[in-house]
Amino acid sequence: MADSTHPANDLDIVGVTKRFGGHAAVDDVTFGVAPGEFFSILGPSGCGKTTLMRMIAGFEHPTSGDIRIRGQSMIGVPANRRPVNMVFQSLALFPMMSVGENVAYGLVCRGMPREDAQARAERMLERVGLKGFGGRRVTALSGGQRQRVAIARCLVLEPTLVLLDEPLGALDLKLREHMKIELKQLQSTFNTTFVYITHDQSEALVMSDRIAVMNQGQFEQVGSPRELYHSPATPFVASFVGETNRLQGEIVSSSDGTVALQLPSGTVTRGTGRAPQKAAVAFVRPESIALAPSQPALRDLPNRFEGRVSAVLFDGANSSLLIDTLGFDQPVRAVLPQAGPLAGIEVGAPIHVGWAADAMKVFSA
Amino acid sequence: MMTRQASRLTLFLLLAPAILWLGLLIVLPHVEILVLSFSERVAPRVYAFGLGNYLEFFTEPLYWRTFARTAFMSILVTALTLVLAFPIALYIARVAQGRVKAILLLLCLLPFWVSELVRTLGWMMLLRETGVVSYALRAVGLADQPVELLYNDGAVILGLVYGGLLFMIVPLANALESLEPAVVEAGFDLGGSRWTVLRRIVIPHAMPGIVAGSIIVFMLTVGNFATPVLLGGKNGLWFTEQIYAQFITRFNWPQGAAFGMLLLLLSSAIVWLGLRLTGQSLGSTLKQA
Amino acid sequence: MLTKRASLKLATALAALMVVGSAQAAEKLRLLTWADYVPKDVMDQFTKETGIEVEVTLSNNEEMISKLRATQGAGFDLVQPSQDRIAGPQAEFGIYKPLDLSKLKSDQFIASMLEATKKNTTVEGKVYGVPHIWGTDGLIVNTKAAPKVADYNDLCDQALAGKTSFRAKRPALIAFAFANGMDPFASYNDPKAYTAMMEKVGAKLAECKKSVKFFWDGKDQLLNALRSGEVVAAMAWDTGGWKLNSENSDIKFIAPKSGALGWVDTFAIPAKGRNDDAAYKWINFNMKPEVAAKVAASAGNFTASNGADKLMQGKLKDQFAESFPKAAIDNIKWYPAVPAGIEEIEGKILDRLKAGS
Repeated sequence: MADSTHPANDLDIVGVTKRFGGHAAVDDVTFGVAPGEFFSILGPSGCGKTTLMRMIAGFEHPTSGDIRIRGQSMIGVPANRRPVNMVFQSLALFPMMSVGENVAYGLVCRGMPREDAQARAERMLERVGLKGFGGRRVTALSGGQRQRVAIARCLVLEPTLVLLDEPLGALDLKLREHMKIELKQLQSTFNTTFVYITHDQSEALVMSDRIAVMNQGQFEQVGSPRELYHSPATPFVASFVGETNRLQGEIVSSSDGTVALQLPSGTVTRGTGRAPQKAAVAFVRPESIALAPSQPALRDLPNRFEGRVSAVLFDGANSSLLIDTLGFDQPVRAVLPQAGPLAGIEVGAPIHVGWAADAMKVFSA
Repeated sequence: MMTRQASRLTLFLLLAPAILWLGLLIVLPHVEILVLSFSERVAPRVYAFGLGNYLEFFTEPLYWRTFARTAFMSILVTALTLVLAFPIALYIARVAQGRVKAILLLLCLLPFWVSELVRTLGWMMLLRETGVVSYALRAVGLADQPVELLYNDGAVILGLVYGGLLFMIVPLANALESLEPAVVEAGFDLGGSRWTVLRRIVIPHAMPGIVAGSIIVFMLTVGNFATPVLLGGKNGLWFTEQIYAQFITRFNWPQGAAFGMLLLLLSSAIVWLGLRLTGQSLGSTLKQA
Repeated sequence: MLTKRASLKLATALAALMVVGSAQAAEKLRLLTWADYVPKDVMDQFTKETGIEVEVTLSNNEEMISKLRATQGAGFDLVQPSQDRIAGPQAEFGIYKPLDLSKLKSDQFIASMLEATKKNTTVEGKVYGVPHIWGTDGLIVNTKAAPKVADYNDLCDQALAGKTSFRAKRPALIAFAFANGMDPFASYNDPKAYTAMMEKVGAKLAECKKSVKFFWDGKDQLLNALRSGEVVAAMAWDTGGWKLNSENSDIKFIAPKSGALGWVDTFAIPAKGRNDDAAYKWINFNMKPEVAAKVAASAGNFTASNGADKLMQGKLKDQFAESFPKAAIDNIKWYPAVPAGIEEIEGKILDRLKAGS
């Protein structure tokens, strides 16, 4: 976690709590965002991420704690005075104004003469690839173009911080994939600090420098996408970030960070982790599971099991198998490399699965 | 071919009651009034075609001045109603929720459960020299003798604004309700003050509602009869009173008909002018209303 | 599209329906009259004696004429305009039908009043009205608050500013003409002279307006204002004054110096009345002294019924005696028939009076 009161940070959230009645929507959250960083807050709906963002923007006020931008406390500063601009989930473009007026709006609010503001807006539109769109009505734009207007409208003000509230949610899949890359590029071109809110782990993983995983008002883990993916700190992070197989059982022995987990069927698996209690959960990523037609090919792995293919989930490079495995309640999911010898495997075929001990993370349940 | 004809016939039959209704109750009387307005009395029971009744309006200052006064006061009433209704509509549309919203709308509707006449008489009881307001003013020491608040233009405007409020609030609240909350927040977020957000976002969004409400209130006000007659002073003649006088006390129907047509034409012209000035089209406005 | 024949059939069917609808009801007399002219017990007694139901619609002179004009004399079987408002509208619009005097018991009427009314309501040799109730227009004065008011002009007294009232209708014009030394009735048939006279009266009234609280319209509105003291002197009907006088003896009806205006409300039959028999029956019934006395008491006015005055209560007689000494009775100005076109002239003056500020 970054130093929470680092003076060089663009944004510091210090022990912020927001209560609605007795319920704490945001519960004592502390973190910092460095200049130029693409910081994501990832969590399921209702986890408090939107409330947190609205507090940063100035639409909600924290019950306790401090919000600082470049070291300046924002408590008591109204939304229209904060060096923070927001891209809304619905984009919230002004339908009564043209594209150019939308972008120039903030500049005019600052007291810039209309003509200068229009000129600046035109230049900004050019930079986001909307040259000559200034006179159009916003309703006449495609989804991707509207997205760019919403961002241009913020960036033209050169804010310290841009907040993005799931702005890709309304787009179709193809466009969303495209916009992920475009957003990331825009962010690095303008070198502006982005705080991005999403429930979509793939958006967060692709774009972010750092991600905070939020659950029930609290941060579970803050780290780079790689850290979250490979070294989840909590079972929630392990299950929320990326695809995974979840096992539940009791720890029967542990030594040197290696633990033996016994499943309810009696089958024993081996993984790594620190689990002070007996009851435990473990997670294995589908891509960590090795597949082989016969047992000997897997003999180096501590976990080896025999199963039968129950379903083939073909999705090109992301194809996977569901395998009914002896001693497991749930089918095991494993990535099926389309280049390997098993590419053509059919439902019902016998198969062997195995994984290394450090591919299986064990946590207290 | 057959089916198309059959469906046409069905459509016609479905529309027939509406067409009959419109034709018999709106178009036909207006045509008759129009024809009547062009007849001039020559001798008892002898009438001839002529434009005299219209000329009378423009040549006799009394009549066009009364109309100008009525139109001016109606515009004033409309503007006042708008200013009063806007915050109420804003509150109903954007702040109040569920039951509170329903109760507020009901409160606006409540005065319309009694007839306009009774409502106006209510105002008379409040405002007359021996009425409630006059008494209250004396009780708190703001006046040392009875105050007559009735029979002046202020009382007329008060009564008309009161009567128009609902017809302004409903289209306004309708228009404001469709304004996405995020759009307003975006207005603030990008640095807009309350005034800027109101002027550049809320009002332009509510414009169709504003225009619809204003047209309704203006037309209702210009055509009102009871309120100006009862609350108005000895000095305030409403144009509808002129029409009434021509028809009822002067038995001069053609003149009354001409005044009626002129009221229709001139008030429509004012509405048209208003639409032009605000850059709204009648179509989008009607959608809102 | 409906064919012509089909629409004709439809219209016939609708018309038939309407006729059937009305034929089913009991025999009915549709009476268009003034407030208080038909007390409940009189109506019930009539229905009991004749089996005819009376359907009463309340109105005033102008509205009566307008209603009949709109239907060219249909919709009612008997109406009661003032005697001066029959000949003119009849000549202009033909809304009444001549009376068959043989069906009326003429000995029930005060003979001089019947003759005068017949003369005033005669058009082209035919009689259109007979008298029913009569009364006067004069001044209702709160003698304590406005002891000096004795004539119409006193309503314009600056001392009473904001406390007087009159109706912005023709009686006011006539009254103020007399009060200012003119004789409007003499110029009735000379439009030019009459216009000039009315211009003068209009100017006088415009000046007088400063003292007026409001131009009264409904009788109750005025009486309430007089009761509460908001108005202390007004030009109005005698009946209202006497009513207030019984409540508060300070308020009196005064016959103005320049003369009270005498009016007579009549019976007339609309041109398209459907039940003339019932109408004649109602007139004869109403003119019986005992019935007429009841009606007069209800209206607070006097009746043209011969002999009814003997049956009337003393109170009204006393009030009349107080308001009208012998000289005042002789000075009553009875309205002659209003010639066509006069109301046009007066109307414009009145419009100006109301509009001007």
